Amino acid sequence: MSTTENRKQKTENVRIYLTGVGGQGTLLASRLLGEAALAAGFEPLVSETHGMAQRGGIVVSTVVLGDLKSPIISPGEADVLLGFEALETFRALNFCNRRTLVIANTGVIPPYTVAVGQAQYPPVSRLVALMSEAVDSLLAFDAGVLAREAGSPLAVNMVLLGALAATDYLPLSRESLLEVIRTRTNPKFLDANLTAFQKGAEVAENPGGWLGAIP
Amino acid sequence: MSELLADQPGERRLFLGNEAIVRGALEAGVRLAATYPGTPASEIGDRLYVVSRQTDLYFEYSTNEKVALEVAAGAAASGWRALCSMKHVGLNVAADALMTLGYVGVKAGMVIVSADDPSLFSSQNEQDNRYYAKLAGLPMLEPASPQEAKDMTRAAFELSEELGLPVMLRTTTRINHTRGAVTLGPLPSAPGKAGRFQKDPFNLVMVPAVARKAHARLVEKYDRAREQAEASRFNTITGEGPWGIAASGVAAAYVQDALLELGLKDKVTFLKLGFTHPLPAKLVGEFLARVEKVLVVEELEPFLEEHIKAVAQESGLTLPIHGKGRELFSRLYEYDPALVRGVVARYFGVPDEPGKALAPAGIFGQPLPDRPPNLCPGCPHRAMYYAVKIALQELGVEGIFPTDIGCYTLGLLPPLSMADFLICMGSSITTACGIARATGRKVVAFIGDSTFFHAGLTGLANAVHNNHDVLLIILDNGTTAMTGHQPHPGVTLTPPDYPGRPIDIAGVVKALGVEQSRVVNPFKYKESLAATKEAIAARGVRVLISQAPCHLYVQRIKGKKSKARFQVVDACGDCRHCLDYFGCPAMYVKPDAGVSQMFIDHDLCAGCAFCVQFCECIRPVKGSAR
Ligand SMILES: Cc1ncc(C[n+]2csc(CCOP(=O)(O)OP(=O)(O)O)c2C)c(N)n1
Ligand code: SF4
Repeated sequence: MSTTENRKQKTENVRIYLTGVGGQGTLLASRLLGEAALAAGFEPLVSETHGMAQRGGIVVSTVVLGDLKSPIISPGEADVLLGFEALETFRALNFCNRRTLVIANTGVIPPYTVAVGQAQYPPVSRLVALMSEAVDSLLAFDAGVLAREAGSPLAVNMVLLGALAATDYLPLSRESLLEVIRTRTNPKFLDANLTAFQKGAEVAENPGGWLGAIP
Repeated sequence: MSELLADQPGERRLFLGNEAIVRGALEAGVRLAATYPGTPASEIGDRLYVVSRQTDLYFEYSTNEKVALEVAAGAAASGWRALCSMKHVGLNVAADALMTLGYVGVKAGMVIVSADDPSLFSSQNEQDNRYYAKLAGLPMLEPASPQEAKDMTRAAFELSEELGLPVMLRTTTRINHTRGAVTLGPLPSAPGKAGRFQKDPFNLVMVPAVARKAHARLVEKYDRAREQAEASRFNTITGEGPWGIAASGVAAAYVQDALLELGLKDKVTFLKLGFTHPLPAKLVGEFLARVEKVLVVEELEPFLEEHIKAVAQESGLTLPIHGKGRELFSRLYEYDPALVRGVVARYFGVPDEPGKALAPAGIFGQPLPDRPPNLCPGCPHRAMYYAVKIALQELGVEGIFPTDIGCYTLGLLPPLSMADFLICMGSSITTACGIARATGRKVVAFIGDSTFFHAGLTGLANAVHNNHDVLLIILDNGTTAMTGHQPHPGVTLTPPDYPGRPIDIAGVVKALGVEQSRVVNPFKYKESLAATKEAIAARGVRVLISQAPCHLYVQRIKGKKSKARFQVVDACGDCRHCLDYFGCPAMYVKPDAGVSQMFIDHDLCAGCAFCVQFCECIRPVKGSAR
């Protein structure tokens, strides 16, 4: 990457909202984005959920790049929504506006209210259809299947990062993300992680996978 | 080696605000650190623990915040730089020491981190601890970013030594739990010296005659502290123009973004305050003299606003100064960038274009299913709650359940519904006494093992001494689970290499004079049910110690899951017993020909084998180890 390119990108303000359920690896994903951004010379801010919510609740993190000083994202102001679970992605739509790029894992983790029959989990096809109407660009696919194919069911976060990296929506090179995955994730899972990342990237590179405009 | 010990000055690292605080303390040569865990401060202690295993730093998980503060104060009185960190409500527990510590003063730098929690992400209230600095007469710094958190921690040690006073570093969740670029400074090269306590009882023993003089000293120091605030690099005025904004903490970051996005960067005079107590009156006066109208942006209480208005009054200025109020800022909950931008735009009459947020429930056409947090599958607390529910039912009595703070507070939610009253840590056993005395009803109080040592001992002694009629169930899972599995005095599950000496809870209970006490294993249902029934039926102070380790922590330490698995093998019909009394998240229901059939999710099942003891339809899966 040339320096001029780098400098232009550094003033670009990008707000990325990540949401999922405890145990899905959202915090690692946001941290890796932050580390890659730091290595590329940005002043990233990554805000994380810790504490009570982690017992089976919703875990949200945000990554903010550019000239911004606020670590969190207000309703309607995310540029990218990276959703790790179908219902939670849909719930986080209030942080999106029509132009937000949404990358959604269609995998489902039923909340307790659904498991005990107090509430019904909405059909995923309906959630996806409604999302595709609500935002201009949506990439929805089962990241869990790809993670398992890659050899690690826990690599859903890597699949989603790969998809995000392939959109060119990030002011970061794909290589810079791969580099932090190589240095910052468990060496035992490195091959699976890199394969998962690659599989996510391939999904995003296929124009047929996108609903609405391709970013 | 811990990343926080990297000796590469000038390098930038992505640190959590809490890690930045630790790094700042290490750069300042901290010798002793003490804490009691609590979100959002917990990672400060957890990182310090790791560092302490690799360096000569002394660190301890203290029994509670008062203990932590006093241990740190003793070290600081002996010439060791000391750090004490806690969540905001922890400072209430430590407040007795805090109020007089300023009288006694310190010989080496001492920093007290108070991590406030606007919006109550993991807390019982959202008190604004900046008033503690005012109440105790102590200097206070408020960082707005992880980098500032590091810089201010380091500076706070120096400030503390210059003034001979402990210094408060007041953060909020958004600073503690944000990662940002932090530039490393040098770590001290020389090894620390042994501490030395210089006897000086007529300045250090706070009897009235001494304390009267000491109070006068503290008041004098206030003026010196104010001069330091006037000159502090953490208080800056930038920009110019007749509109003024003053802000501190993360709210200052929101203001900076608002000015950027509203195109007001060059039109507003911005007073960014980081050294917020004592407030630099001269600097504030200078700021006020330059503007015609002021907006004060701070989360929670109008702490700065009141001070700034007082400065205006003293300077004879009558310009409008606003902060809290209708159409302006709320005293409730944390702010966000768009909220601050909106108020700034409205106050100064400039246009703002908020992002058009989508409305998920509106798009979906109905509310989305909630996802509340829940006790883990295999959690020992659930098993004990179940035994109490059934015991009461079989005895035909309705219990009242004062509870306490920890994972087990999640027992509040149905179907367990085992929590009726909670104020703060330790309030289970004490409020139980009052409730039982006033109502004459069966009162069953619940307290966790960490909470028992933190604030339960005195309450139990009181119950015994004053002949109360209560049953206390100590939920002993061997760790402080809710805040991230820290050790405590009764600990049985410890992090690697942990040097703390465990204290036997049953022995403590006995020594406090409890005559009816028993240890039960909650996963042995028959036994725990019989013991619970007996304890409920009896009178006087009774204690049951429910002893079984936190499942999640055991799994983490061992790094593998139990192989035993269970399945529902018969038709459930319309039984619903497990749904209505137990509520394990590994169980789920599927409507099957009109009736509901239960299933067990094998990925989630912890293999605790509790449900098989109350339901005949549940059996081990063939081939699973058990
Ligand atoms: C004064 C105070 N300090 C700290 C906390 C944070 N906190 C909440 S629960 C808890 C301890 C929980 O441990 P334990 O009682 O053993 O219950 P467990 O979570 O293990 O079930 C702590 C430290 C608090 N709420 N109040
Ligand atoms: S972390 Fe431990 S104590 Fe807390 S809910 Fe899970 S198993 Fe229970």
